[in-house]
Amino acid sequence: MAEPLLSVKDLSSGYGDFQALFGVSLELQENAILGLVGANGAGKSTLFKAILGLLPRARDMVNFRGKPIGNVKTEDLSRLGIVMVPEGRKLFRSLSVEENLQLAAEYGRKGEWTPDRVFELFPILGQRRRQAATSLSGGQQQMVAIGRALVANPDVILFDEISLGLAPIVVNDVYAAMPQINASGISAIVVEQDVDRVRKLSHSLVCLNEGRVVLSGPSQDFTKAQLTAAYFGE
Amino acid sequence: MSKSALRVAIGLTVITAILAAAPWFAGRADLRLIGEIMSYMALAILWNLLAGYAGLVSVGQQAFVGLGGYCLFICVIWFDFPPLAAVPLAALVAGAAGAIFAPLLFRLEGAYFAVGTWVAAETVALIFAAIPSLGAGAGMSLPTAAVKAIASSRELREWTVYWLLLAIGMGVLGGVYLLIRSKAGLALMALRDNPTAAGSLGVDIWWTRFWTYLGVAAATGAVGSVIFLQKLRISPDAGFSLNDWTAIVIFMVVIGGIGRIEGAIVGTLIYFLLRELLVDYGTIYLIVLGLAGILVMMFSRSGLWGIVERRLGWSLLPTRRLRE
Amino acid sequence: MGIAEAIVQGVLLGGLYAIFAAGLSLVFGVMRLVNIAHGDFIVLAAYIALMVVSLTGLHPFASLLIVVPLMALIGYGLQRFVLERTLGEDLLPPILVTFGCAVIIQNALSALFSTDAQRLSAGSIETDSLQVAGLSIGVLPLLTFAIAVAIIAALEFVFFRSRIGRAFRATSDDPETAQIVGVSTKHVFGLAMALSFGVMAIAAVLLAARSSFDPFSGPARLIYGFEAVIIGGLGNLWGTLAGGIVLGIAQTLGAQISPSFQILAGHLVFFVVLALKPRGLFPRMD
Ligand SMILES: Nc1ncnc2c1ncn2[C@@H]1O[C@H](COP(=O)(O)OP(=O)(O)OP(=O)(O)O)[C@@H](O)[C@H]1O
Ligand SMILES: [Mg+2]
Repeated sequence: MAEPLLSVKDLSSGYGDFQALFGVSLELQENAILGLVGANGAGKSTLFKAILGLLPRARDMVNFRGKPIGNVKTEDLSRLGIVMVPEGRKLFRSLSVEENLQLAAEYGRKGEWTPDRVFELFPILGQRRRQAATSLSGGQQQMVAIGRALVANPDVILFDEISLGLAPIVVNDVYAAMPQINASGISAIVVEQDVDRVRKLSHSLVCLNEGRVVLSGPSQDFTKAQLTAAYFGE
Repeated sequence: MSKSALRVAIGLTVITAILAAAPWFAGRADLRLIGEIMSYMALAILWNLLAGYAGLVSVGQQAFVGLGGYCLFICVIWFDFPPLAAVPLAALVAGAAGAIFAPLLFRLEGAYFAVGTWVAAETVALIFAAIPSLGAGAGMSLPTAAVKAIASSRELREWTVYWLLLAIGMGVLGGVYLLIRSKAGLALMALRDNPTAAGSLGVDIWWTRFWTYLGVAAATGAVGSVIFLQKLRISPDAGFSLNDWTAIVIFMVVIGGIGRIEGAIVGTLIYFLLRELLVDYGTIYLIVLGLAGILVMMFSRSGLWGIVERRLGWSLLPTRRLRE
Repeated sequence: MGIAEAIVQGVLLGGLYAIFAAGLSLVFGVMRLVNIAHGDFIVLAAYIALMVVSLTGLHPFASLLIVVPLMALIGYGLQRFVLERTLGEDLLPPILVTFGCAVIIQNALSALFSTDAQRLSAGSIETDSLQVAGLSIGVLPLLTFAIAVAIIAALEFVFFRSRIGRAFRATSDDPETAQIVGVSTKHVFGLAMALSFGVMAIAAVLLAARSSFDPFSGPARLIYGFEAVIIGGLGNLWGTLAGGIVLGIAQTLGAQISPSFQILAGHLVFFVVLALKPRGLFPRMD
């Protein structure tokens, strides 16, 4: 297989004295979607935070395009091509919809994704561009969060709980955007509670349990039952 | 009483007894120095209670020192009070002023509270400076008759004031120690360690802070009244001095270790040591003090006592609950 | 002096207070930090201006070309290398660090320059005045007020319309997410402090040209700026200008009653506002 775009090797991390990840490894290929599943508290968000340098990690635990990025500062990663759609959206409440996108565009890379292009992808945001971002509905906010990641024109997006708290219809909307995003050459790691959905969407899967990888491989290799078992740590 | 508390009680009693006997074996200058140390130790412990435990960073405690001092002078001069009887009254007045200021100042968000306390102190100082019958900006002295009323001979007078300072210093130390070990102290510690969690656990943050502010104001007023009983003179500049009654006290606590009673005591002793060493260099020691305070805040927030505690794993005044 | 003239003077004085307040308010808005040494840094800037003027012979206003960047640099350094380490959940360390700065500046300045009062001479503009509707209005106070309006308009623009302003607001909302988006929060905090210090430099020269100052003039400047912020309402720069004006009028009217009542009147108005409208006269609508 070709050299992975992003790889995590034997990563351990946690919060102060509390260790939440124990030697986690995974590889994300160019132009691929990797599903990351696991029960609540398995360490999915922690893994993302460690990749982004919000939590401590050793220099060579995370590699991007073959180079260790463990000592790259969080704020430099978006220009390197790695961004995250954080759990709970985390929009800037003092910024309007448009400003949220503008900010991310200004501090990210230039490319085909611009705020206007996001408004094409999610027309409702265009109509609400001047509104305070946090005054939108949950689904609309999720669209802003996704847009905010896109306008940085990244190589990799880390999606954390992309559909949490959204109505099924809205989730469909959000997922409908996925192929378009992937088609523009962006790879993604997707954290999702709906195991079946992520199995269909992703090329490969990693299942975490209590901070350890318990299952990993191409998505089509696993049945729903196998995944569910791994998910519950059986 | 638990074993640790018993040890502390015995220790404090022994120290107090030895210091109380000091007039018979120490010189005049030494007595003055110990008295001054006692007054600063009291101020430091009180400020520490306020900032280190209740999270109320005040830079306006000089309001209560000056108020206490003026109150004593007024009681004695205008109403012929015996000076010693005026001390509790000074505490009462300072506490009342605290009760007036607290509801207003508590409305200020976060760090603006600190500046607010400063404005409060300035306001009180300006009011006293504007009253002609109190000598306005020039201040006033205790009349000889009133001074004589403390005790007949000068020596006995100095001893009396010394004992008073000793009583206040040790009283504040013991009182705050008991408070922190009490149930109310638990609330205070919870407040110090995690205000949000303390709130959700049913600690009434506002009232806990209010009573702390009030109590500290009253005690600070009492300390102030005795300080100026010793000085025999008061003026707005001296009574409401930010440098003397708050800045120095803050640095003592910060350097010694904020959020620990021992920190306040250690900080007081370090300050006096530093002052004796740098006495020839004018106000240099204030610059040194400021720098030391900044360095502590940058590199070791728990101060010198925090380092001792971490290294040796013991504390002089155990307060039942584990910390940090 | 009549009441009308006192009011006009108070309004203009309020402009100066609004400049004191603007830097304070900016820093609080971005990093929830209150710089207790704000006034002392203003006084430091005034001494720097004094040195620049006496070394180069520049007009005090021209000296701003040097003093503003120099102060901005000091502010950036202070934030990046000192205050940055103390920011966090706990409010106490930054307050105490800036308090330490205040004490150090006061005592260092008095050791270097003595405690004598100093003044920047700005030439005839100090005494020039205009006659309007029978009132005499000083040119310097009028200019100060105009500069205050310009500074506030500029800060509003920066804060709400510019790229760095978006970064200010985003970092203030959620520093962690701002970093994920690519904002260096440490740099942004440094820039906010630099901006605040630049404004201080302007305040310093205007202050030093209109009245004398000494190493211990700082705290009062902090207090007036702070009162303007609270009277006007947090997070609203135009409100801060209004707060400064209210404070200025209170002081000049107080001085009409008795000179010793000038400052006290300002404090009393501050407490009255705090009692009746704790969120200030013009709180932000959100
Ligand atoms: N800020 C924190 N401080 C301390 N421990 C934390 C913190 N955040 C998470 N943890 C702990 O780390 C472990 C992993 O949490 P993490 O948030 O990564 O789980 P997750 O897989 O994202 O779960 P969820 O599906 O609920 O989002 C959990 O045991 C959690 O309690
Ligand atoms: Mg999670």
